Amino acid sequence: MIQAPDLPLWAALIVGLLVLFGAAITLIGTLGLLRLGSFYERVHAPTLGTTLGTGCILIASMICFSVLQSRPMVHEILIALFVTLTTPVTLMLLARAALYRDRSEGETSVPADVTAAVAAGEADETRP
Amino acid sequence: MTMLILGIAITAAQLVLALAMACAAFRILRGPRAQDRVLGLDALYIAGMLLLLTYGIQTGRTLFFEAALIIGLLGFAGTVALSKFLMRGEVIE
Repeated sequence: MIQAPDLPLWAALIVGLLVLFGAAITLIGTLGLLRLGSFYERVHAPTLGTTLGTGCILIASMICFSVLQSRPMVHEILIALFVTLTTPVTLMLLARAALYRDRSEGETSVPADVTAAVAAGEADETRP
Repeated sequence: MTMLILGIAITAAQLVLALAMACAAFRILRGPRAQDRVLGLDALYIAGMLLLLTYGIQTGRTLFFEAALIIGLLGFAGTVALSKFLMRGEVIE
């Protein structure tokens, strides 16, 4: 069902373009999730949606509600701040977990654990 | 006229976001290993959050904003817990 808020023309154009652009960027990110080959390539793709896609749609929402209620509505900044802070943390935890799992299975395509090797080498040298 | 253009743009954006959710769900179902499925879940809830925000723009209600905020919070906790489970085999040590 096609329904929309009653906005002036300039606001409607900006909101429509930003919403479409953000949705398209998110779709490109998830298409990358489908098409890329290995896990370590795929982990980069959805961040398109979490940065640029979320930013565009949140700015569109801010403009829409500010024009509708004729006062600045900036509570969408909460979502932007939260998503921007948490996405790197979660994806880095996930990539480290994947690396740990690949190493523990003896996968040869991932780099070896350098810090553990260095620590073992030093332990060997100090042995009398 | 303005409302028609904006309505078509928002509906098209909702269809595109639903397609993005379908791609992420396909990766959850097919993903060769567990970490791929967790990554697909992450992308799925981000796309769902954006879909709720577009519903909020469409209806002009702020109720959808609060639902999107809760999805963002719980999705973060879920992904962190799942990757910790993949790393250690247990969530709370």
